[in-house]
Amino acid sequence: MSQGVGVAGVYVRDQDEALNFYVEKLGFEVHTDARNGDYRWLTVQYPGQPTFQLGLFKPQPPTVDEATAESLNEAVAKGAMPPLVLVVDDCRKTYQEFRARGVEFTQEPVERYGSVDASFRDPSGNGWKLIQAK
Amino acid sequence: MSGKSIQDPMLLRRLLRAKDRMDAASNEQWPVPRLAKVSGVSEAHFARSFKDAFGVPPHRYLLTRRIERAKALLRDTDLAITEIAFQTGWDSLGSFGRTFRDITGESPRALRARERTASHDLAAVPHCFVSAAHRPHLKIAVSEKRRRETGDNGPGPQQTEVP
Repeated sequence: MSQGVGVAGVYVRDQDEALNFYVEKLGFEVHTDARNGDYRWLTVQYPGQPTFQLGLFKPQPPTVDEATAESLNEAVAKGAMPPLVLVVDDCRKTYQEFRARGVEFTQEPVERYGSVDASFRDPSGNGWKLIQAK
Repeated sequence: MSGKSIQDPMLLRRLLRAKDRMDAASNEQWPVPRLAKVSGVSEAHFARSFKDAFGVPPHRYLLTRRIERAKALLRDTDLAITEIAFQTGWDSLGSFGRTFRDITGESPRALRARERTASHDLAAVPHCFVSAAHRPHLKIAVSEKRRRETGDNGPGPQQTEVP
């Protein structure tokens, strides 16, 4: 497949912190980590999903002005950004693994609608739903 | 005038933790000292900081979550209304019914009857997002809403909005 969504990103308050979280705690792999001055293009991938990159982007000049960057950091920290979904084979198993690594869960695994789901947040405040594949 | 000053993202992130905890267990009691501890904020500053961040005082937020859960249980289960009141954190059926009517404009029984006859296209949407879509928009205090509806603008007796 050559067409489709290739990169979508989340805003994070600190890219080093986010990199550590997504790689060390969630098991993502770094795809691109390129710097140009203060700017850093940073994307990670879920193992076995080579067609999609998740960007870990810091709102900052010159892409946005300083005041907008502050507003975006605020929105992320308030949990106001759009929902994200991570699909796994075994929600309870992944929950145990993530939790052991210090991931902040906001909902324990619940069985409903023929699946199991849990919720967690990244350090910046982005909310993830962890859903078991049906 | 509008006081739209920027709040520290680190503080907001900790306040979000208190909001998350209420979301996860809205049936529990969440007095300010407990919430303040979750957020690592002083009790004196917590309520104001929370309202600045999320637009509503913490206890009113809790109330919207309880009503949201009660609505979902009315819609999706056959549980008795007394049981739903108990499960969603009220200690009496009377205060549940009164608060429910004040917020949604109808009784729990009426909402259940209406929801059962309506059709829904939300089956393909993950559960938690459906809940958010059904969340009541409680922008004023319940006591204030009661006053407005009865047309009584006088001081009236002090009412608490927390069930």
